[in-house]
Amino acid sequence: MITAIIILGRTTATHTHTATLHWRLCLLPTLSARVSDSPLLSSFFFVSLIGFLITRSLARSPSQLANSIQMAMEVTQVLLNAQAVDGTVRKQAEENLKQFQEQNLPSFLFSLAGELSNDDKPVESRKLAGLILKNALDAKEQHRKLELVQRWLSLDPSVKTQIKACLLKTLSSPALDARSTASQVIAKVAGIELPHKQWPELIGSLLSNIHQLPGNTRQATLETLGYICEEVSPDAVEQDHVNKILTAVVQGMNSSESNNDVRLAATRALYNALGFAQANFSNDMERDYIMRVVCEATLSPELRIRQAAFECLVAISSTYYEKLAPYIHDIFNITAKAVKEDDEPVALQAIEFWSSICDEEIDILEEYGGDFTGDSDVPCFYFVKQALPVLVPMLLETLLKQDEDQDQDEGAWNIAMAGGTCLGLVARTVGDDVVPLVMPFIEENITKPDWRQREAATYAFGSILEGPSPDKLIPLVNIALNFMLTALMNDPNNHVKDTTAWTLGRMFEFLHGSALETPIITQANIQQIINVLLQSMKDVPNVAEKACGALYFLAQGYEDAGSSSSPLTPFFQEIVQALLTVTHREDAGESRLRTAAYETLNEVVRCSTDETASMVLQLIPVIMMELHQTLEAQKLSSDEREKQNELQGLLCGCLQVIIQKLGSSEQSRYVFMQYADQMMALFLRVFASRSATAHEEAMLAIGALAYATGADFVKYMPEFYRYLEMGLQNFEDYQVCAITVGVVGDICRALEDKILPYCDGIMTQLLKDLSSNQLHRSVKPPIFSCFGDIALAIGENFEKYLIYAMPMLQSAAELSAHISGADDDMLEYTNSLRNGILEAYSGIFQGFKGSSKTQLLMPFAPHVLQFLDSLYMEKDMDDAVSKTAIGVLGDLADTLGSNAGSLIQQSVSSKDFLSECLSSDDHLIRESAEWAKLAISRAISF
Amino acid sequence: APHDLRRPFKRAAISDQQRRRELSLQRQAQHRRDAQHQARCLASFLNPHSEPEPEPEPEDSPKELDVRHASKLKGAEARKWFARQLMLPEWMIDVPDQLPQDWYVFARPAGKRCFVVSSNGTTADQTYYVIDMVCWREYSLYDCTAEFRFFWLSSKLAETGACDPPSQYHRYRFSPVPVYNCDQAGLSAAYTGAVPYVKDGLLFYNKYDLFFCSVDNAGNAPLALVWKDENCSQYVIDTDSKGQVPSQQQVVLELQDNGNLSTSDDPPVVFGCLDQAFIEQAESRSGNLLRFAIGDGGLSFVDGKLEKADLHYLGKSNRARAFADSYSKVMFQYMARHSPLRIDDLLASINSLSDQENKPSDVEMVG
Repeated sequence: MITAIIILGRTTATHTHTATLHWRLCLLPTLSARVSDSPLLSSFFFVSLIGFLITRSLARSPSQLANSIQMAMEVTQVLLNAQAVDGTVRKQAEENLKQFQEQNLPSFLFSLAGELSNDDKPVESRKLAGLILKNALDAKEQHRKLELVQRWLSLDPSVKTQIKACLLKTLSSPALDARSTASQVIAKVAGIELPHKQWPELIGSLLSNIHQLPGNTRQATLETLGYICEEVSPDAVEQDHVNKILTAVVQGMNSSESNNDVRLAATRALYNALGFAQANFSNDMERDYIMRVVCEATLSPELRIRQAAFECLVAISSTYYEKLAPYIHDIFNITAKAVKEDDEPVALQAIEFWSSICDEEIDILEEYGGDFTGDSDVPCFYFVKQALPVLVPMLLETLLKQDEDQDQDEGAWNIAMAGGTCLGLVARTVGDDVVPLVMPFIEENITKPDWRQREAATYAFGSILEGPSPDKLIPLVNIALNFMLTALMNDPNNHVKDTTAWTLGRMFEFLHGSALETPIITQANIQQIINVLLQSMKDVPNVAEKACGALYFLAQGYEDAGSSSSPLTPFFQEIVQALLTVTHREDAGESRLRTAAYETLNEVVRCSTDETASMVLQLIPVIMMELHQTLEAQKLSSDEREKQNELQGLLCGCLQVIIQKLGSSEQSRYVFMQYADQMMALFLRVFASRSATAHEEAMLAIGALAYATGADFVKYMPEFYRYLEMGLQNFEDYQVCAITVGVVGDICRALEDKILPYCDGIMTQLLKDLSSNQLHRSVKPPIFSCFGDIALAIGENFEKYLIYAMPMLQSAAELSAHISGADDDMLEYTNSLRNGILEAYSGIFQGFKGSSKTQLLMPFAPHVLQFLDSLYMEKDMDDAVSKTAIGVLGDLADTLGSNAGSLIQQSVSSKDFLSECLSSDDHLIRESAEWAKLAISRAISF
Repeated sequence: APHDLRRPFKRAAISDQQRRRELSLQRQAQHRRDAQHQARCLASFLNPHSEPEPEPEPEDSPKELDVRHASKLKGAEARKWFARQLMLPEWMIDVPDQLPQDWYVFARPAGKRCFVVSSNGTTADQTYYVIDMVCWREYSLYDCTAEFRFFWLSSKLAETGACDPPSQYHRYRFSPVPVYNCDQAGLSAAYTGAVPYVKDGLLFYNKYDLFFCSVDNAGNAPLALVWKDENCSQYVIDTDSKGQVPSQQQVVLELQDNGNLSTSDDPPVVFGCLDQAFIEQAESRSGNLLRFAIGDGGLSFVDGKLEKADLHYLGKSNRARAFADSYSKVMFQYMARHSPLRIDDLLASINSLSDQENKPSDVEMVG
């Protein structure tokens, strides 16, 4: 790996290639940024706190020194002032705190810990002290978090010891808030230190004589254990300690515990400790004990304990699904009782248990294609199927408990919604079997005068439309369709209409499309369906939004109509007009109606055919005008501006869809290119806004436009380039960065070697991105692929970037070649990284093909082949990587030819890997392999 | 802390914004693959034994090389492009050397040769017998030897299911033809063996030819040859538009600027010349294809080169014709009427080769 780190300021495009820069690759914080203990720093700080204060402060002015000392004494007042109502006082206090921290961090932290632990101090200052301490140890943002960890680790050990002593002491405080804050801070310190094998006595000291402790201390101790489990990964805690923690926690949960606060803290702690209990759940006796205590806790008279116990059951259902069989019957009884009788927070958890079981079984059944084989990890126990006859009636019952205004309230969540959602999951889990259990409920309630019954019946029908087979559902849908259309027009209740429109959407989503043999939408009823939906789009916002959704899926069902003819063609104009009208409604901001209308417009355009291309074309000036107006709007409040930005995002999204649609056909592309200049000008103006979503959409639209425009896109580059660079620098909104990287690829393919003048700048930015540990890691694989795009576009002109790009690729390749012991996520990421690296190699080799400079690539050939060999040996690459990897072998042979002949013949890849790929089941891999075989045979035949 | 219980309610699983993003990524990935494939399709100039090839002529621009682009052409432009791509076999008027070593043979299916472009497995209810392939999804096979193409063809065609009975995705059925090494057994098998189609002669492919250059640059041996006799073809001697064998051999020649009548070969072979008065009377223009009968004077040769042809003007040729006859076609037809090349001649050539192999070779003395 290249070790020299240069953090660049702004490198201008013209002199990048002359600067001798080395770039350090920063890919995976967990792999490359290993947190190191810093012996040097520790010894430097090996002095007492006071001595330290003086030593460090000598360098400062006497007044600063005085400040620090004074600050330490007055910390209580400053902390109280920092919560003052008076803004000036507050601001001053915050400034004081900041200064104190900057001038003398160890003293600052110690003061805070002292404040927190001092029972003579007001609870407000103690709480804030704890909070600031906590924020000095952890941050949301990964980069900042690593900094803070490093900072804590390099603090003087004696200071840390004193701070930790203060924290542990606070657990015995009579003040609940102080105890609770200390618990959280202790967990943060543990989160940093335990993985480094520091603070080994923590668990022992927490658990020593726990039984003799007074209730409040026991409560705080259990809470601390829970937070520690949340903070630390299981492998950082020895099994011996895990056993002790679990024993203490489960004993605290036991019904024999008379103190409810202790029992609640223990139950909540178990929730976090479950991930540590693998070994204990494999032991029948221990598991039985834990399960018994959890189930008993669901019956506690204290609501919060019952709720916390059900939360444990939900967590167990996903973490230990395969261990549940002996308990499932009892759990069903407990959950059924809770759903029927308990308070809503508890009932919601009880329903969530079954939703979570459905999630598990859906995953298992999906993964194994329905038939369980002996070598699968987890078998399906069909808990849902077994519980079906009692589970379904229980859920149907909940559907009748709707809240009056739940459809207008974005954040609403109640038992009817949870029950309906669970019913939908049950249908996906068991398929056909759910239908006969639900139909009688629908038939009984759908025509009742009480809106709750009609709505519940409609919702039940809508929720079982995904899962059961079309054979089972289509006859029912054919009967229901007419009824639903009538209800959508005539039912007096908005709630019923909302659910009816949603149900129509589900019918179209799952039972309408070219894959289905019997269509539910025919020549005979399409006119009526569209009339009803367009009419319904004039209804109240929540109903109109669902009608738009139904139309979305209606259009989607015709996406395979191809270029010939679509049944929607006769209605196209009318539909588009109606959708545009919706976007202009005064109340389109409610229930995300405007968004739904634009999204439906997008889908209608995507699924349109050549017949309606001219009408799609006419949409361009309309949408451009709308976008223009949003850009002209003046003097907006911040709220209005936010709405305006959202609208700009939607309009750019819509133009993107249109560009992609019309750009894919030769004829329509020619006509719509007349708008290219104007569109581009509008997109560039969108970049002036500060909204990440709007930027993202504009960038996507520009990518589509670049592809459609081809080499002529070069005329936009002088103006567009700065925004491209801006996008590549947007670490914070990494989605924008990722999309911009993709657009660079589009532009490479459009401009080919005309992109050359911009490559210095782009490459500089991409290399910076790769070196950054602030940029989200998901953006890094596409950046490598982008190297390939650039190399392919500019051919041998890539020469000057080889000295930067190749070492980056090499170190990334080394990192990604061996990742033994990684979890699934890490493996998936690693494979996407490998794919990016390989695409880069592929583009570089192909880019140099036929050039007189191919010999420049020779020095890299051994490494590339070695990378391929090690990928082959590791046996953990996915099919996409195999395909790209074997293709790179071909590209290398193709470009380097006989010069690399003997190297190729020495590689394992050219033999075992190649022959494995040649006989792969995946035809894409086989094709790449055959190409490689051909290229190799040419290379070695000379 | 326990997770938020709320699940998406009455919401589609994927938002349209997410969909826009994913479709964009798919489009970009597809275009990256296309660019990569196109790069791989371009022949490598790398050849350690020689200098890089000269730049290709402008008309051989990569765009024209690319079947995937060409498949979007329409009408006359498309006909011209595809006609150029079809390898027009020469007619066998001499037995090539090294038949068993360098050649494949197979029974040629009767019917028109055509260029089928399939996109994503869908073609536009009959069976095609596939005799060659020039591009397969991933890359061009133009610069591959026939040996490789045949291997590829047989393995690929089976995989795609194109050989299955017609379905909604492809109304046509594709079937590979059995290809033999042109040794004695192979030649006999191709000549006499039963095939599921109507045979129309035998087709010989040089194993090492590249599809594009059916005649190599030096104008030497053609690399695909067709041959037929009455046993393996119903149409040895050309028929007229009514299906009758005319009493005299007919040829179609192209009228040149200078009045020359030439074949479709490159360079063209001149069979005769028309004077200006005749051209005007026949309302012909340069580039017209004209039909002639070969009279009793026949064709005369000096040192193996055509000296004189006894041509009688019949009229303009059918408008559907794209090209004049080739020299080898005229010659094959002429020989078929006078002294045909027989299967025995071919077999004898193979045998004489194997005899030669059995002879001890001469040893060059250096002592």
